[in-house]
Amino acid sequence: MATLASLANVTRRFGDVTALYDVSLDIRSGQIVGLLGPNGAGKSTLLSLVQGLRRPTTGTVELFGGSPQNARNRTRLGSTPQATALPETLRVGEVLEFVGAHFENPVPVGAMLDEFGLGELARKQTGALSGGQKRRLSVALAFVGRPELVLLDEPTTGLDVDARRVLWEAIRAQQHAGATIVITSHYLEEIEALAERVVVIDGGRVLEDDSLGAVLARVNLRQVTLRSPQIGRVAQLPGVVRHSTDASGATTFYAQDSDALIVALVRSGVPFENLAVRGATLEEAFLTLTDDRMERA
Amino acid sequence: MSVARLTLLHTKYSLLETLRVPIAVIGTIVFPALALLFFVVPQQSVAGDEEFATQAVASMAVFSVMVGSLFSFGLGIAENREKPWDPYLRTLPAPGIARVLAHVLSTGLMAVVALVPLVVIGALLTAARATPLELLTGLFAIVVAGLPFMLLGICIGYAFSTKAAIAVIQILFFTLAFAGGLFLPPLLFPDWLNAISQFLPSRQARDFVIWAVQGGELEPLTWLGLVGWIALLLAGALLLFRRDEGRRFR
Repeated sequence: MATLASLANVTRRFGDVTALYDVSLDIRSGQIVGLLGPNGAGKSTLLSLVQGLRRPTTGTVELFGGSPQNARNRTRLGSTPQATALPETLRVGEVLEFVGAHFENPVPVGAMLDEFGLGELARKQTGALSGGQKRRLSVALAFVGRPELVLLDEPTTGLDVDARRVLWEAIRAQQHAGATIVITSHYLEEIEALAERVVVIDGGRVLEDDSLGAVLARVNLRQVTLRSPQIGRVAQLPGVVRHSTDASGATTFYAQDSDALIVALVRSGVPFENLAVRGATLEEAFLTLTDDRMERA
Repeated sequence: MSVARLTLLHTKYSLLETLRVPIAVIGTIVFPALALLFFVVPQQSVAGDEEFATQAVASMAVFSVMVGSLFSFGLGIAENREKPWDPYLRTLPAPGIARVLAHVLSTGLMAVVALVPLVVIGALLTAARATPLELLTGLFAIVVAGLPFMLLGICIGYAFSTKAAIAVIQILFFTLAFAGGLFLPPLLFPDWLNAISQFLPSRQARDFVIWAVQGGELEPLTWLGLVGWIALLLAGALLLFRRDEGRRFR
């Protein structure tokens, strides 16, 4: 597998803010890599370095073996504009034509329109498109130049479930056709549906870089909330990865298997009340990952 | 993909975007023509005299290029910096120079189009006269004399937000036009205003274009001043361009 893009010990600061800290990452051909992290984690900064929009403060970024700042190294790269970025007065077909004309062998506009379900909209100005249509056009722009490496920054944010699935299908079809895809998202569901390799990033650091299954096992947590006079004993039960007590005195325990935890809790005979179980959000799962790193360090 | 082809590609779509808002185009073209109609044509003492009328048309041509450059570069860059489409274009395999050249070309083309009604009104309604050769040298002089205003526009575009840029451009173009003798000939200026005027790029651009069309003496201050302004504003534009990197993330 060829390395299409790589970051080596990359740190990027904006004034006092460190957006990325000592990140090393290789993107190899044929994969769909999911870049997962909450808002402000550093995902977009990472992509902008690979796109050549910014330079790293320290460390090196390579794209197809050279500097991404050199336009020639970007001929096999495709990326998406934000959906709100499309030039309002240009027509859908014109935007595809314009972007495609930057590449050696672009996909004909007609084929692109069909593939992304934009057929009837070719002569509409982009300002007249719905949110979902704009998203589809933005994603189509990433593929029009037959790129080897495609960077998709939150391609489905703000879409309803159906529109999201349509777009996922189109992205999968592109991967089967041979494109390597890096996709950022703060939806675990999206990463689950598309990615094979997952890089979890938060606070500008890479927390995990593993197969989808391995990462899911670590971030897919359930939370069990209860009140008990013996918090310490509950925390010792098997499967508890973290716990915290809020101001009202209720304690939340995080575990991968909440059913097993509750069985163990009942068997232990520890008194408790007000039991509630729900899925943990991604942010909560990230906190657990960050804590793990701190302990290991 | 060659830089020339990419430059033409970006010029084409930049013009297409502009033409989709026809009223903006008409504004650029009509404004200088109206100024000529209102300020020059009714004044027989100017419009009826070949020398003065030709100078007045040349002044309006400079005014037209100045306003076009300030708005297109100043406002255009300030707007683009606030829109995420511009950073997207920077991820495409086109070197930055192609996009800059395309901006200059599309602005230049619009500026030349705006000169057409000026020349027509000047020829039909005033005593202004110029041979085809004089028109050509005049056009060439305007391209050179337009440089400080393009660079000034770039400085404004990188230094201010869209709303601030509009205000700055309006104050600047009015002051520069009036004090530079583009509305009223410097002949009517009091001495103190004339002294200040000679150091302004608008006055220097006016005198330079009139010299190219009518011949006569070119004051050293005129061309030295133009060169000075171009050097100063180029340095400013480069400085502000570099400073802009990553600015919206602070």
